[in-house]
Amino acid sequence: MKQAPILRMRRVAVHTVLGAYTLVAILPVLLIIMNSFKDRKSIFAQPLMPPDASSFSLIGYETVMRQGDFLGYFQNSLIVTVGSIFFILLFGAMAAFALTEYRFRGNIFLFLFLALGVMVPIRLGTVGILEMMAKSGLVNTLTALILVYTAQGLPLAVFVLSEFMRTVSDDLKNAGRIDGLSEYVVFFRLVLPVVRPAMATVAIFSMIPIWNDLWFPLILAPSESTKTITLGAQVFIGQFVTNWNAVLAALTLSITPVLILYVLFSRQLIRGITAGAVK
Amino acid sequence: MTQSVTLQDSHSATDHAPIRRPWRWHIAVFLAPALLVYSALMIIPLAETLRLSLFSSKDQVISFVGLQNFITLFGDPRWSESFWRALWNNTYFFLIHMLVQNPIGIALAALLSLPRLRWRSFYRTAFFMPTMLSFVIVGFVWKLILSPLWGVAPSILAAIGLKSLFGPWLGQEATALTALSLISVWQYIGIPMMLIYAALLSIPDEVIEAAECDGVTGLAQFWKIKLPLVLPAIGLVSILTFVGNFNAFDLIYVSQGALAGPQFSTDILGTFLYRTFFGYQLQLGDPHMGATIATVMFFIILAVVSFYLLVVQRRIRRYQF
Repeated sequence: MKQAPILRMRRVAVHTVLGAYTLVAILPVLLIIMNSFKDRKSIFAQPLMPPDASSFSLIGYETVMRQGDFLGYFQNSLIVTVGSIFFILLFGAMAAFALTEYRFRGNIFLFLFLALGVMVPIRLGTVGILEMMAKSGLVNTLTALILVYTAQGLPLAVFVLSEFMRTVSDDLKNAGRIDGLSEYVVFFRLVLPVVRPAMATVAIFSMIPIWNDLWFPLILAPSESTKTITLGAQVFIGQFVTNWNAVLAALTLSITPVLILYVLFSRQLIRGITAGAVK
Repeated sequence: MTQSVTLQDSHSATDHAPIRRPWRWHIAVFLAPALLVYSALMIIPLAETLRLSLFSSKDQVISFVGLQNFITLFGDPRWSESFWRALWNNTYFFLIHMLVQNPIGIALAALLSLPRLRWRSFYRTAFFMPTMLSFVIVGFVWKLILSPLWGVAPSILAAIGLKSLFGPWLGQEATALTALSLISVWQYIGIPMMLIYAALLSIPDEVIEAAECDGVTGLAQFWKIKLPLVLPAIGLVSILTFVGNFNAFDLIYVSQGALAGPQFSTDILGTFLYRTFFGYQLQLGDPHMGATIATVMFFIILAVVSFYLLVVQRRIRRYQF
């Protein structure tokens, strides 16, 4: 009982530090979102105040909606991200199944071959990628982006999924085989449903760098009709540097979808990181 | 179609012994899509980039020049000055990450892993949030906040009595790179924090209890027991940071432009590669010199990753519980 005051003081100190860093992490984003709903005068006069009845204004959003095709950019980002994730998961799971389920010559070599892709960033092959896309006429198409991101995400997906494939019980698979199921049916009907949680983790992880990437959209698909939201926001904001309302509104629009997804999935994401690290 | 192969397949696959068997088609079918996409878009372009760095084009004629491009890059004053500056800036960028990101990440992880902490998941979610945002957003958000025009940063500093410290950090040659490194740290602190947090959680209770029985508690316990046990996680964080930093591009491009101003003071290898490859202002793009820079980046990353895997990782003591 004597220790109580000391313990309480320690607890207060810990929460003060954590609370202070919470402000550091959140405040910058909060400031942008808050000010995007204010008129120009109060953005500058009282940047730290939340919008109230007299300072509320949607003028920034009106400009953004008139000038930029944010809905189109958003759609492009969605197509590219969903398309890439689909192929990463499908091809990644198939390869992981083959590598862990069967013994064959070249098995270890293939693992090492894929390991190269985990360590070396795909960006370094940009010169070669652009040359190839130009030859095959895929420049300024979303297909080019989906292909590149699939290649980028595959190595890690194969590694993570292999870990989980190893834990699927042999009895389950063999029971299926005795029932006369083909290897394909065993994989799609029996194994895939069991590793679904691992696939969700891989999906969330691969999604962030794809959605946020600026490099490949800038190089492979910079045309107006194929801009992703990351590139679209970058170009739009570059053009409207002096229109603070529009810039703040554009930023808020590009932050919001990510924030919503994050709040929805943060538990799974954090569990994914911490579980992977414990291994 | 699958019906016809069913029987012989199920025979061959249930048996795991590595004896010679007829060619098992399903293995090839399972592997083909991944290997095809991966080879076509990652390995071949990478090899092509390495190959291009050995060639040069003059007046539409492409000729093999051996290592001449590398000699030019390292030695010709028109190139070498930019190259060594970008390499040094990149190293500095990485050092700031290591010096700021790791200590703060470890400290936050240590606090988060304290037993019976309230609001733990709230803090965790908040700390990790910036990591989810794109560099485009992060770059602009900080550009606005640090802008002397808006005056948010000065008024926040004034609130804690440090107004005199404020300067146009992103606009001054002396401070721009440091400011950008710190912005990048702000964004990515979530990753080291989470990995180290997970490592701390995986320390078994018995170890901590044993330490407490011996009277090792509080900070001493952290330094003597917990920190040595999370060293592998810190090693992993360092190598991830290195690879990330040495192909960074977006943040600099968004906040300072392709010219990495002021006066190239924030130019790193990624922006240098972009400018060389695509050209800027009056200078034309040069795919061969671009490929040369990418090749150098490839070998820097490969060398450091191999060094880590072969030397560092083996020396780090791991404890099995």
